[in-house]
Amino acid sequence: MASKSIKLKAKAENGETTVKALIKHPMETGRRKDKESGQLVPSQYIQEVSCSYQGEPVMTAEWGPTISMNPFLSFTFTGGAAGEEIEMSWKDNTGDSDSASATIT
Amino acid sequence: MNTNMKRRLFLKASVAAGTVGMAASAGLLMPRTVLAAWNEAAFKADTLAAALKEGLGSDALTESAEVLMEVPPNPENGAVVPVAVSTTLAGVQSIAILVEKNPSPLCGVFTLGKRMKPNVSIRVKVSESADIIAVVKAGDKLYSTRTPVKVTIGGCG
Repeated sequence: MASKSIKLKAKAENGETTVKALIKHPMETGRRKDKESGQLVPSQYIQEVSCSYQGEPVMTAEWGPTISMNPFLSFTFTGGAAGEEIEMSWKDNTGDSDSASATIT
Repeated sequence: MNTNMKRRLFLKASVAAGTVGMAASAGLLMPRTVLAAWNEAAFKADTLAAALKEGLGSDALTESAEVLMEVPPNPENGAVVPVAVSTTLAGVQSIAILVEKNPSPLCGVFTLGKRMKPNVSIRVKVSESADIIAVVKAGDKLYSTRTPVKVTIGGCG
């Protein structure tokens, strides 16, 4: 599934699958002043991320604005085999969201 | 309905600009969706103790050599500090990362599905040199480790 913001990779090895995701997102805290206008840049940050495998949530995360911009995230789960799919999705505080799926290699 | 839920519903309803808040107060959302509401109180808490209590239910941490954290001690750029947390503890329910002197110390909480191994890598903002604290919830108890991190350029803008 093409995704606007999530680069998702998953690799199975020795009965475990390692997931690596790079999410393009500004993760604005709402405390930063725009250098030109001097105005505070409004907050815009991912609040929830979830990853599922075979319809079951593998990981869910609640984030705040102090997760870095363009978050890189990695974790491992037991199981998974090459050719199977995983899905990841996120929702931010502005109501925006995105999701992606990837084939485990 | 327990106090936590009531408080979350109240907080959600009082965020007038939020669609979820308005829908919840209008009774339009199913309880299941409201239960998944983002923990605003935890992420807005401005002290470590409050962030722990709101986010993890307690600020009673037990330092443990079984919680391991890899983080560069002197990252130049506080905006992107890579943190890798792992643990040899069993029965891990969640892993949380906090930065003691950030305006809002709680960075994120990862809740483990039954297949997930208890390790996670993420990148966080560190606004000024401070301890990064990793908290692992296992068996309803909180185990932690902390590492001081010195930043040259503060990370919160």
